[in-house]
Amino acid sequence: MAAAPRDTKRAPVSGGMLDGLSVLEFGRMVAAPYCGKLLADLGADVVKLEAPGTGDPARRRSPFPGDHPHPERSGLFLYLNTSKRSITLSLQTEGGRAIFRRLLAEADVLVEDCSPGELARLGLDPGDLAKQFPRLVHTSITPFGESGPYRDFRTHHLNVYHSSPHTTFSYAPEGEAKRAPAKAGRYLAEYDAGLTAALGTLAAALGSAATGRGQRVQVSKQEALMCIERVDIGRQINPPKPPPWRGSLGGLLRAKDGYVMVTPVQDHQWLGLVRAMGSPEWTQSDACRDEMARQEHREELQPRIQAWAETLTRDEIYHGLQQEGTPAGPVRTVAEVQEWEQARERGYFVEIEHPEAGTHSYPSVPYLFSGKGFGGSRAPLLGEHNEQVYGERLGYSPSDLTFLTAAGVI
Amino acid sequence: MAQGNGAQGPLAGVRVVDMTWAWAGPHGTQLLALLGAEVIKVESHARLDHSRMRSLMGGAMKTGPDGSPIFNDLNANKLSLTLDLRKDAARDLLRRLVSVSDVLAQNMRPGVLERLGLSYEELTRFKSDLIMLSSSAVGSTGPERLYAGYAPTFASLSGIADVTGYPDGPPQPLSGSVDLRVGTAGAFAVVAALYRRRQTGEGQHIDLSSTEVMTSMMGEAFMELSMTGRVPGRNGNRHDVMAPHGCYPCAGEDQWVSIAIGSDEEWTALKAALGDPGLEAEAYAGPAERWQNQESLDPIIERWTRQRPLGDAVDQLQAAGVPAMRVHLEDSIASDPHVVARGYFQELEHPVLGRRLVGGAPWTFSEDDVGVHRPAPLLGQHNEAVLGDILGLAPEEIERLVADEVVR
Repeated sequence: MAAAPRDTKRAPVSGGMLDGLSVLEFGRMVAAPYCGKLLADLGADVVKLEAPGTGDPARRRSPFPGDHPHPERSGLFLYLNTSKRSITLSLQTEGGRAIFRRLLAEADVLVEDCSPGELARLGLDPGDLAKQFPRLVHTSITPFGESGPYRDFRTHHLNVYHSSPHTTFSYAPEGEAKRAPAKAGRYLAEYDAGLTAALGTLAAALGSAATGRGQRVQVSKQEALMCIERVDIGRQINPPKPPPWRGSLGGLLRAKDGYVMVTPVQDHQWLGLVRAMGSPEWTQSDACRDEMARQEHREELQPRIQAWAETLTRDEIYHGLQQEGTPAGPVRTVAEVQEWEQARERGYFVEIEHPEAGTHSYPSVPYLFSGKGFGGSRAPLLGEHNEQVYGERLGYSPSDLTFLTAAGVI
Repeated sequence: MAQGNGAQGPLAGVRVVDMTWAWAGPHGTQLLALLGAEVIKVESHARLDHSRMRSLMGGAMKTGPDGSPIFNDLNANKLSLTLDLRKDAARDLLRRLVSVSDVLAQNMRPGVLERLGLSYEELTRFKSDLIMLSSSAVGSTGPERLYAGYAPTFASLSGIADVTGYPDGPPQPLSGSVDLRVGTAGAFAVVAALYRRRQTGEGQHIDLSSTEVMTSMMGEAFMELSMTGRVPGRNGNRHDVMAPHGCYPCAGEDQWVSIAIGSDEEWTALKAALGDPGLEAEAYAGPAERWQNQESLDPIIERWTRQRPLGDAVDQLQAAGVPAMRVHLEDSIASDPHVVARGYFQELEHPVLGRRLVGGAPWTFSEDDVGVHRPAPLLGQHNEAVLGDILGLAPEEIERLVADEVVR
C-alpha cells in the first residue's frame, strides 16, 4: 500500500530510483535496517530475513502506541523497515541455510550485521559465498570491523558513539563543571553506519551491474563515525595542537522562548546581523571591523548580541536574520519540527497506515528526484511475505510452507 | 585501507563537476572520489571555498588557500579547475565540461546557478541525461527555500540539537560533523540516480534538504511523538530502557569508560566483573528496577572505575562480557591499538601542509581499490590537465584564458 503524502506537492517516485535492485537484508535494530530502508524507500526490492517467532529485536523496543508493547507496533521497527517485505527463516537449521543460498542466487545484494565469524560458524563462510555467488555484493556491518583487537567487543550504541572522538567542543555556556561528554541524541552513530553502508553497497552494486563482479563491502561502525568526524579528528591528531575552543561569535543564543543558533561568519553575514540589531553604535567600533577583529574581541561582543537576542523570540530572530542574509536556525523540539511549515510544504512528513499500529506521521526521504519524493509503503508484519517470496522465487506451495513452518525453518 | 587487487573503484568512469563548497557538499563529492569517480572541483580566486579560508571552530585562517588542513580533509582525490564564473567565457567552458561529465554537484543557495544561466534545464541542453545534486539548507522548494545555513543551524532546525546534551544543560548542536552526514546522504542520492540512469537512460535533478537529512536520522523520535504524544528530550548518556547506561570516570583526569547494559546476561557479567555486594540489592534485581534506581546505581559503578586506568577497566569489563568501551577524546584515537592495527589513518604528503595524518575511507572493499590516494588539490592545480586533456584546448588557448582572467 502506498503512503499518502500530507499534501500533494511531492509526487511519489514512479518506478523508483532503484527499481530492479534485489536486496536481502539480515539486520537487527538500527544500522543494517537503516541501510536496507534507504535502499527500499528508493524502490529496491528489499526482503528482510527475520528469525521465526521473534523477528528483529527492534520489534520489542519502544516507542509503542499508548506505551503498550506489541511486536507489530514498535515505532522504532516501523520507521526503520518501511518499504520492505518480511520473510522468516532460521539459519540455525540446515534447511534454512539451503533456502538462504537459493535466495542469494537470485539477489544482487546481501546486507547483514552478523558478529565477526558468526556466518562462518553457521557454515556460510563469506569467502565461500563469494565463490558461489560472484556477482553478489555482500555488505557486513560490525561495530569495529572484522580484524583488530576490538573485533569481538560487545557494544551498544553508547559504546560505539564514544569510540570515535566526536566534538569535544560544544556551544555550552563557558565555565561549566567538567562532565562526561554526552552522546548524540537517539541512535545517531547507528544511523551513520547504516547511511555509510548504503552508499558503499549501492556503489558496489552499480559496479557489479557494469562488470558482473560482486564483492564484499565491510563497514566498521567506528570507522564510519571517524570518517564523519574526520575534520575535527584531523585537527586534534596533527600538530599544532588547536587552541581551546572559546565559541564562535553568535553561536547558541538564548531567545525569549528558547535557544537559537546564529552563525554570522563572513563579513556580509555579520553585516546582516548588524542591520537586524538596528545598527547599534558598538557595531561600528574597531573591534567589529573584520572577521579577525571580531573573533579577537568575542568576549566583549558576545554579551551584547546575547542581550539583543533575549528581547526576541526564536522565530523573530530566524526570519529576521535570514531576510538579511545571515544564517540562523531556532533549536526546535521534535513536536515543533513536526509542525514546521517548510517541511510540510515539501511533503516531508507522510501519514502511513499500518493494520496493527494505526496511522502515524513518519519522516520520509530527505531528497526529491526531479520533484518526486517518497513512494514507499509501511513496514511488514513478521513473515508477512513468506507465501509471496517463497512462492514466487522458490516455487514453494502453501503446503510446502506448512512443513517448513513445522520444522522451524520459517 | 584498500585491500583489493588494484582494480579501480566502483565509480571509475564517472565524471563529477564539483561546484560545492564549505563542508557538506565537498565531503559528498569526496566520498564519490574515494569510490573512484573523477571529481573536478570548479572554484576561483574570485570566490574561494569557505573551507580554504576559515572555519566556525577555528575562525579565519592565516595559511592562505593552499594551506588549509580542513580543506585537505574534505577534498581528497579531487582535481581543481579555477574558473571565474562571472565571465561568459568561463560559463561556456563550464557548459562544455558538463557536456562530457555525468554529475554536477552544487550547494549554492537556491537560485544562484539559475542567475548564472546554469540551471538544470539549461545544462540538460548540453548533457541530456545529466544528474545534478542541489544541496541546500532546507530544500529548494517551500517558503524558506532561500534561507541559508551551516551545520549547527541544520542541527538546530532538524530536532537533533534539542535531543542532544544533558537534561539540565543547553541543547548541543553537535558540530561540523552534521555537514558530513549531509554530504554522505547527497553522495548516496547521486549513486541512486546513477543506478536509475543505467536502467533507463534518464537524468535527475536531486533536491536535498540538509535539515531533513538529520531529521531522517532520528525518525523513531517522531514515531514516539505520534504514538505516545510525548515530546522526546535530552537525556545525556542515558537510554529509554537500558540501565546502567553511561560514561564513568576512570583513574586520571578526563578519562571515561562507557558502559551499557541491555540484558540480564550483561548485568550478571557486570556484577561478576565489579564484585561489589551493593549490586546484589533488591533495588537492582530486574531491568525496570535498575532503570528506576540508576541514580544510586551509578556511584557504585563509579567506585570501581575510579580505581582503574581506563585501558584496564575496558579490558576487564569486556573479558567479563560487559559492553564497555574507551571514550575517545581529542587525540587519543591516533594511538588506539585497534585503530592503529587496522590502519585507518594514513600519512599523506601535502605540498604545503607537509605530512599529515588523514582518515581513510569508511568501507573496506574486497576487490576494488577504494580510499584516499591523493591530498586535496591546490587551487587551480589541474587547470591544464582539465582544459587540455579533457576539453582538448591547445596550450595557447589556455594561456589566453589565463591572461583574460577567465581561468583564475
